[in-house]
Amino acid sequence: MKPAPFDYVRPGSLAEACRLLAADEDARLIAGGQTLVPMLAMRLARPAKLIDILRLPELAGIRQEKGAVIVGATTRQAQAERDPVIRAAVPMLARVLPWVGHPPTRNRGTIGGSIANADPSAEIPLVAVTLSADIVLSSADGARSIAADDFFMEPMVTALRHGECVSAVRFPVWSHKRVGVGFFEISARRSDFAFVSAAAQVALDEEGRCIDVALGLGGVGDRPLRLDVSSLVATDLNAASVAEAVNAVLAEVEPTSDLHASAAYRRRVGVTLCIRALEQARANAAAISRESAR
Amino acid sequence: MKVDLRINGAVRSAEVEPRKTLLDALRENFLLCGTHAGCEHGVCGACTVLIDGEPVRSCLMFAVQADGYEITTIEGLAPAPGELSVIQDAFCETHGLQCGYCTSGMILAADALLRQTLSPTREEIAEAISGNICRCTGYGQIIEAVQFAADRLRKANTPRPHHGVHAAQAEHDAPVEGVLEAAEADEPVAEAK
Repeated sequence: MKPAPFDYVRPGSLAEACRLLAADEDARLIAGGQTLVPMLAMRLARPAKLIDILRLPELAGIRQEKGAVIVGATTRQAQAERDPVIRAAVPMLARVLPWVGHPPTRNRGTIGGSIANADPSAEIPLVAVTLSADIVLSSADGARSIAADDFFMEPMVTALRHGECVSAVRFPVWSHKRVGVGFFEISARRSDFAFVSAAAQVALDEEGRCIDVALGLGGVGDRPLRLDVSSLVATDLNAASVAEAVNAVLAEVEPTSDLHASAAYRRRVGVTLCIRALEQARANAAAISRESAR
Repeated sequence: MKVDLRINGAVRSAEVEPRKTLLDALRENFLLCGTHAGCEHGVCGACTVLIDGEPVRSCLMFAVQADGYEITTIEGLAPAPGELSVIQDAFCETHGLQCGYCTSGMILAADALLRQTLSPTREEIAEAISGNICRCTGYGQIIEAVQFAADRLRKANTPRPHHGVHAAQAEHDAPVEGVLEAAEADEPVAEAK
């Protein structure tokens, strides 16, 4: 047996799980376990107690509200990938999920688990930041909501307080008729950690002019970044204006340098992937016919 | 802790430490050693089992978490002792294995795929086995094995003609290819372009 010994509890309610978590400094939550169990196997994590939240009904399910889709923390990545509500209303999430691990890890890994893990190169946090999602956190004292941009702080470090549990992610839904998404990433091999990733969402009016745009960049820093390309609103997203806007925002980004990729490489690839993601998003939005958009 | 697990259709019980992975419990408590221990931290896929029909890594799950699911190991695929499932047989025919270490995981991943579709594209097969590492074959023959198995299962699932009472009508309904043709088809299918 590779992990160090621990106690295992499976509480029957979220309130009980939060109480158990608050009562024990050395307790950790486990849901899909696709990141935590390798950490346990390598003894990089040695919790005294594992609190299993995977089957808590309060954390399950995907529901649509006015202007948002709320994804329960324990929604499995594979489940989200094929969910019709997510595919229709949060297409960026559906678009990136095939890049998250492999089919067997997506069958167990959860949306909330990836958010709580806060890997700066991970795709689900990138989508949350790019779309300005809110992360819902529950504790014994109740629930609070925090903007994704404020939730992710440093690699694997979040705004989660002791005794808190990620209970859901609230993704805003754009109400425009012609919305398209684009996503690209560069990694050593498919499904490996992204050196650089870029996600874009674009809304077009009937004449093909941009009415809203969101752009995010992953893998280049301590956390995923939302880039302000609002200068593109009211343009037709032609190649020149996209390149100009992307170069301007990337000039402000200071990418990290490591064994895999230098800062200069990350910046250069970041520019290219942002341009491609915006172009793909524009093309996908443009493919929604003006007739069906009326 | 005592766990009751439903493995290959039968309920099996064991006393395990919470830190015992499902992989170790399958091998040590239930002597189902067809599930292989490879990297033991979720990278290689040798320990793949089916949980409610979906491939997962049994090294990334503790035995105490596995109650209430339908667990299928490689031992649960063969129709009877000494026999092979269609997919297992296809791996033999196309030389889809050499050392065999990854094979049980590959076959379970393929089994889950072919439950979804009997006409997978090459890309769908590659994606389905993308979490399983093989260091012998270079994957070409494994993909061929899955295509071959899919072909056989497709043909085996074609409705059979009704012989006997309504012979004339049966002849009319008979498919071009049937079970016999599938059984006789011992040539691997050409790889899809």
